[in-house]
Order: sequence, then C-alpha cells, then structure tokens
Amino acid sequence: MERIVKKIWIGKIEDFPVSLGKAVKIENRDLAVFHLSNGQIKAIENKCPHRGGVLSEGIVSSEFVFCPLHDWKINVSDGQVQAPDKGCVQTFQTLIKDQQVYIEVPIS
Amino acid sequence: MKKLVLIGNGMAGIRTIEEILKLLPDYFDITVFGKEPYPNYNRIQLSKVLQGNTELKDITLNEWQWYEDHNILLYPGETVVKIDKKRQLVYTDKGKEAPFDHLIIATGSTPFILPIPGADKEGVTGFRDISDCERMIKESDKYRHATVIGGGILGLEAARGLLNLGMDVDVVELSDYLMEAQLDRTAGELLQEELERQGMQFHLNTQTVEVLGNERVTGVKFKNGNTIATDLVVMAVGIRPNVTLAQEAGLVVNRGIVVNDYMETSSANIYAVGECVEHNERTYGLVAPLYEQGQVLAKQICGMNHQGYKGSIVSTQLKVSGVDVFSAGVIKETPETKVMKVFDEWQKTYKKIVIHNGRLIGAVLYGDTKEGTKLFSYIKKQASVEDYLASWQNTDEEESIVATMSDDEIICGCNGVSKGAIVKAIKEDGLTSLEEVKNSTNAARSCGQCKGMVTDLLELTLGDDYSDNSKETICGCTDLSHEEVVAEIRQKGLTLTKEVMNVLDWKTEEGCSKCRPALNYYLGMIHPVDYKDERESRFVNERLHANIQKDGTYSVVPRMYGGVTNAKDLRKIADVAEKYNVGMIKMTGGQRIDLLGIKKEDLPNVWKELGMPSGYAYGKSVRTVKTCVGAQFCRFGTQDSVGMGIQLEKKFEGLNTPHKVKMGVSACPRNCSEGSVKDVGVVGLDGVWEIYVGGNGGTDLRQADLLVRVKTEEEVLSYTAAFLQYYRENASYLERTSKFVERVGIEQVQKVVMNEALRHDLNQRMDQALSVYKEPWDEAIENQKTLKDLYQNITMK
Repeated sequence: MERIVKKIWIGKIEDFPVSLGKAVKIENRDLAVFHLSNGQIKAIENKCPHRGGVLSEGIVSSEFVFCPLHDWKINVSDGQVQAPDKGCVQTFQTLIKDQQVYIEVPIS
Repeated sequence: MKKLVLIGNGMAGIRTIEEILKLLPDYFDITVFGKEPYPNYNRIQLSKVLQGNTELKDITLNEWQWYEDHNILLYPGETVVKIDKKRQLVYTDKGKEAPFDHLIIATGSTPFILPIPGADKEGVTGFRDISDCERMIKESDKYRHATVIGGGILGLEAARGLLNLGMDVDVVELSDYLMEAQLDRTAGELLQEELERQGMQFHLNTQTVEVLGNERVTGVKFKNGNTIATDLVVMAVGIRPNVTLAQEAGLVVNRGIVVNDYMETSSANIYAVGECVEHNERTYGLVAPLYEQGQVLAKQICGMNHQGYKGSIVSTQLKVSGVDVFSAGVIKETPETKVMKVFDEWQKTYKKIVIHNGRLIGAVLYGDTKEGTKLFSYIKKQASVEDYLASWQNTDEEESIVATMSDDEIICGCNGVSKGAIVKAIKEDGLTSLEEVKNSTNAARSCGQCKGMVTDLLELTLGDDYSDNSKETICGCTDLSHEEVVAEIRQKGLTLTKEVMNVLDWKTEEGCSKCRPALNYYLGMIHPVDYKDERESRFVNERLHANIQKDGTYSVVPRMYGGVTNAKDLRKIADVAEKYNVGMIKMTGGQRIDLLGIKKEDLPNVWKELGMPSGYAYGKSVRTVKTCVGAQFCRFGTQDSVGMGIQLEKKFEGLNTPHKVKMGVSACPRNCSEGSVKDVGVVGLDGVWEIYVGGNGGTDLRQADLLVRVKTEEEVLSYTAAFLQYYRENASYLERTSKFVERVGIEQVQKVVMNEALRHDLNQRMDQALSVYKEPWDEAIENQKTLKDLYQNITMK
C-alpha cells in the first residue's frame, strides 16, 4: 500500500536534551522523540504496548528506552519490544537539516 | 587526616595497607616502620633465592616507588622500640616519635633457636630473611658441609637450597618421619626416599643437644652421643611470634599477640596482623591466612562491612623441584576419624583423605598432587564424603570448583590473588594462557599449587557458555557485583557513569535502567562534593521530583516535617488542589498529604504556588519521619517525639540512599509511629531514647533490631547519621536496610556505630554528603533550561 507522509518541523536540535526523551504532540498523535548520545533523533509512538506507559520519560541507553511503568525495553529504531517481553510500537522517520528536526507522519 | 602507623614492613602489614588503599584511598596519613632495610618482599620465595632459581630483586613485592606513589612515609631499617598506648605514640630506636589514631602491629616472627649449648656460635643461623639468605650464599663459597636442624617445610627447602649451593647437607629431625606436621608416615617416607636420592642425609628420631666448636661451629652432638662434623648449622625447628613490643606495651599476649575476630588487640585502636598474631589460640606461619586477616583488618579500620576473621584452614606444598607433596587441613588420625587411602608403591603415589562425621577435614597427596586444589576446596567447605565421591561421576567437576568459589576467595595463597582478580585480568587484559595470568596477576608464580585452578578459571572465563552464578551481578551489562563495582570506583578513582562502564568493560554501550541509576548513586556516594548527578541516569520520579502514575500524571507530596502542618499550609494546599484539578487528595502511609493526578507541565507551577519543599516521596532517599503526638499533648508521652522527628527529618532531608528510608519516632513503648517496622525507629522512654534499625513493614516484613540506647537528642542524631552513612557506603543499590542488616548482622552494625572513632568519621562523611543538598523544586523552578528540558512538551498544530 502506498503511504503518503508529510514532513513536519518539530523544533531545533537543542530543544531535545541528549540521552532523554521528549513528548511531542502532532495533531492527535502522541510521539516520544529521543535525542540519542550518538546525535541521532528517533521517534516512536509514546505509548508502551504493555500498559500504555509514557515512553518519553523512560531511561534511554544507546538505542533502547526503558518504560517508566514496568521497565519494558523497547528499541527506538525499529520499535521492537525486547525479550522476554513481546510487542512493538510504531516508529516514525526523522530528519535533521541545518540543526532543525523534522518528522514524517502519515497523512490520516 | 587520620594517622595510621604500621610496625613491620612485611607481607602481612603491607598487604593490609594495600587493602585499605583499595577501600579508602587518600584517607589515612600512613607511616610504616620496618626493621629490614628493604621494601616489602615475598618472604616465602626466599627458598627459591637460596635454591638459585630467583634473584633477590625478583621477589620484591612493593618497590620504593609504590610507597611514594601512595604517600606512605616509610622508615626502612628503623625499629619501633616502644608503644605508648595511652598517648597513642610509638618510639623508634633512632629517637623518632610518631603519633597514631590507628596502630597496626605486624612484627612477624623469628626462627626459634634451640636453647642448647653452643647455639650462639658463629655459623649458626635461622632462615627467615634476606640477610640469612645472603649469609648462607656467602658461606657456601668457603664451607663444605651444612646441617639443617628441622625436617619440616622450611628445613627441607633450606636443605635443597644448600645442596644447590654445592654443599653436603645433613638434616636432623626429632620425629621419625619428615614434615611430621603435614604428612603421615607413608608420605613422609616416600618424601625421604626422594630427597635422599637428591643427596640429603637424614638423621631421624634424633635430638640435637649441643653445637660444637670454638668460635665457629665445627659439629653437632646428638642425644644418642653421636656427633657429625659441620661448618654451618641452619635452625629450622619452628618460628616464634615477635611479641616483645606488644607485651611491653601491656597488650594481652599469649603465644602471639591475642586478637579477636576483628583483629583488635586488647587495646583500643591497636590491631595486629600476620605471624605475630594469635587468634582463637592459633598462630599461623603460612601466607594465605595473613592475607585473609589483612582483608578483614582493612575493612575493620575503614569501617566497612565484614564478617570478621574466623580462622584459616591451611594447605601446604613443598617448594622443592622433583617433589610433589600436598597437605591440607587435619591429617592426624584419631579414633573418631576414618580415612580413605590409595597407595601405589610402584609409581610412588599416595593419597589419604581424612574424614570426620562423614565430612572431609584433611588430605595428604604424594607424587600426584593434581587433585590438591579440588580437595582443598572440599575441605574448606567441609564437604560430605558423598559429595566428594559424586564429584568423580561428573567429569566437569574441576570446572565447578572454581565456579562455585566466591570472588574474594584466594586462589593463589602465596601471592594473595583472589579469584575475582584473576577473572578480571583474564577479561580486561584479554589473557589466554597460564603464563599470561602469571605475569599479569602474580598468581601461580610462587609454589605453583594453584596452577590447576588458574587453568580452570581460564577455561571457565573464556569458554562459550561461561556464566558465573556464584555472585549477583548488578545486571546483565556486567559480570561484576555491586561490591566489586564500588571497590573499582574507589580504587581507580572513576568519576562518571560512562567512565565506569568503559573501564570496567560493560557489555552494553550505555548500560540499562538497572545499572545506570546504581552507578549514579555509587558515584555520588563516593564523591559527594565533586560528582555532578546525571539526570539521564535517574528514574523518572527522581528526575522530575514527582511520582509518575499509571496514566502518566504525577503526584505531589509537599514536605511536612514530622507530619506536622498548620492552617495556613492546609489552606494553600486546598487552593492549589482546586486550581489544578487534583484528582485525589490523600494521606500517605508516612503522614503526608498526597496530591494525585497532576499533569507534568503543571508541576513547576504547583510547586511555586505551594511554596513548600519537596517531600521526597518519590526517591531512593530519606522519605518521611512519622511521629506520634508525644509529650506535648499525649498523657503517656515521655519524650518530645515530634521535636525529635522534625530534627531528624530536617537533618537528613533529601539524602540519597541505596533504597528508600522511612523513619518513625514515638514517645513511649506503645510505639504509635510503628518504629519496629521502620528503617530507623526511635522510641523515647523516660530519660532514654532507643534506636531501632532494619525494620520493614512492606514486601519483606521484618522487625527492627535495637541498635543502641542513648540519652540525648544529639546522640540520636549522631548514631542515626552513623548508621545511615554505614548503610549508604556498604549496601547494594536497591537493598533496603532490612535486607542489609539481615545480611551483615546487627552485631556488626553495632560494632561499627558504637566505636567512637568510626562513628565520628561516619558522621563527618555524612555531613559532607548532606552539605550539597539543594531543594529540588526550587532548583527546577529557577532554572529555565531544566524547566524546558524536563517539564515542557512540544505540541504542533
């Protein structure tokens, strides 16, 4: 299925503190945006598949975030929940250009 | 700085100093007095020097530079002649005076010289130190014939050395077989046969009664009337602990300087370690026990948690080439013991295992000593015969022995190298062979008895399916335990979580939600002033200073010292609750008011409008001090529990601890604030405060133990501070006081906290930790960057 996305500006790179997450609301979507220590910006849906925990407040270690509610470990690049738990969250493409951060969201 | 003086620059004393430096580097002002004009050397390798396999310089353990690097003031060739325990001073033969806060006596022992006529003649020597060794080497040039009195380990090693130096050697032994203390007759006779083949002449069952000669020895005379001609006499009949100095200072002395399980002598702040010591009526002349004692003593002096010294089970091996002898534990047979023996007269191998009440208590091996390490491990554990026999069914057993050993267990007794140190070296330095381990760690470099275990460790560590279950690691990111990581941070002076993970070879790049908060805590605990707390290594509650709820909102608990509030504050709370649509207002278990259902973005405004400090209801920190009404109103109250509680809460407010700490203060034994299930529970009685610690009313119900009874409020504060600091320094992250006290034992906690000097030091370190406290809500409100980074969301239209 062809997917139509739009690119949305969400802020300057310094708006995203390093090794932490940030809750970003785009229209009716809740996203968790992470500024990893390697400089990359990653975005996933801000809701743990387990009990709906706010992932943007989790501890971030390299490309994983640990849900603050029950410590589920989720890969922020591919959205996969790590063993022994199972599941996944939606991921979103991000783009950094001239220190500006953009995110691609599907047009609903 | 506290002044630490060590008398005796030998293996036991310096090992203790090394252990202390690992625990508290730069904490003590250290002075060492040593009789010998050398830096610390490996005394047990002297026989190798005599045998010509090793140079003197190769047995130095700590070079001069080491003393300098650690700011240790060393007086080599200077003997302490007097201890003034009252004024805490020592005096030397060169007229020096040195004051001490802690004194370690490690004066070692001297060879026992038989009190027989002629024993003072020229050419009679012991075999103890470098000068004895040098004398023998020198005299072997001029003289031809040596006699060693004593057929034990030291005597036989000396005899072998003298043979190597080209001398004819006679060995005289009182007993009717060799190494009588370690072997039985069968093994002793096999040994004798081999050593005779190597060239020694034995005179067993023979008592020496006189040394003959004018100025210099020319012969020895035996009780049976026989004499032999000789140019050199080496007395190796035993050692005698050097106790004179301690005795003259008025310390309790028996055969050795008497110490308890904490290596304390009869006098406060004076400790003893090594061969000069008598513990539980036993003295030791081998090196492994000295290291075990040194470890305990270091922890004791540093006020760290330890189980005390319980005595040592020893094993020995003869350092003579071509001879394989091993002995461990109790080898004498009695009517109560049973033995298993395997004797192969043809191949000259012998094995005896001594059993008492169905358990292994000792063993002798001759000819083939490969099984020695395994047997020693079983004997130390007092394993049952069934377990031992079952081990033969399982071919992997060799692996499991080292696997089940704890990390601090010594593998190489000669050089005091622990399993942990070897495993660490294998991993960190990428070692793959026994040689590499020897060079890197010194393990297996002396007697070689532990070679098998070192090889097993290599296999175990490098094998694909390596997993070490004998300890609890912090998390899957590391093979190190909490205790080991803390030790490494102290020793290597690590200051950042990233640095810890790098230097200690973390398996993950940036750790995980378990180790990062733990490391952040440990670093802050160890470097209270200099460490900058890492907000990204904090769990959300401690990062945002509010409690996250299941729906992503937060709860706010304002500080309310001692659970006491007033109308004005209550009004303010009510106004804020209304304005921010608080979902629920509830009393907490710790007598505070909880405002639930607040949005993250609203937190800073809520705090600003409340104008109260954070109640810390979310942190691994001192939480609340619950109080009863107390003497002010209650008809039963005997003390001002509210006032005491407020003082405690104000003092320890915001203190980071391994896990949450809840306190309670009651004013009578009815204990309405439930101090029996608090981490610290204070109960006021008439004129007395009782302090209870280690209680828990949650997951692991545990009744608190009485720590101490004191009279004044200042004492309550100071003992509580000492306890909490001891807990902070010694507990694992996320270990509650209940588990901690259970683990180390209340007696140990008491021992530390009751010791005035230790209590004083703990209080100082606590004050330092408290000095950096900043009220977190104010701090957040006033910092625009914090507000933006942590509390603001981004909303795009």
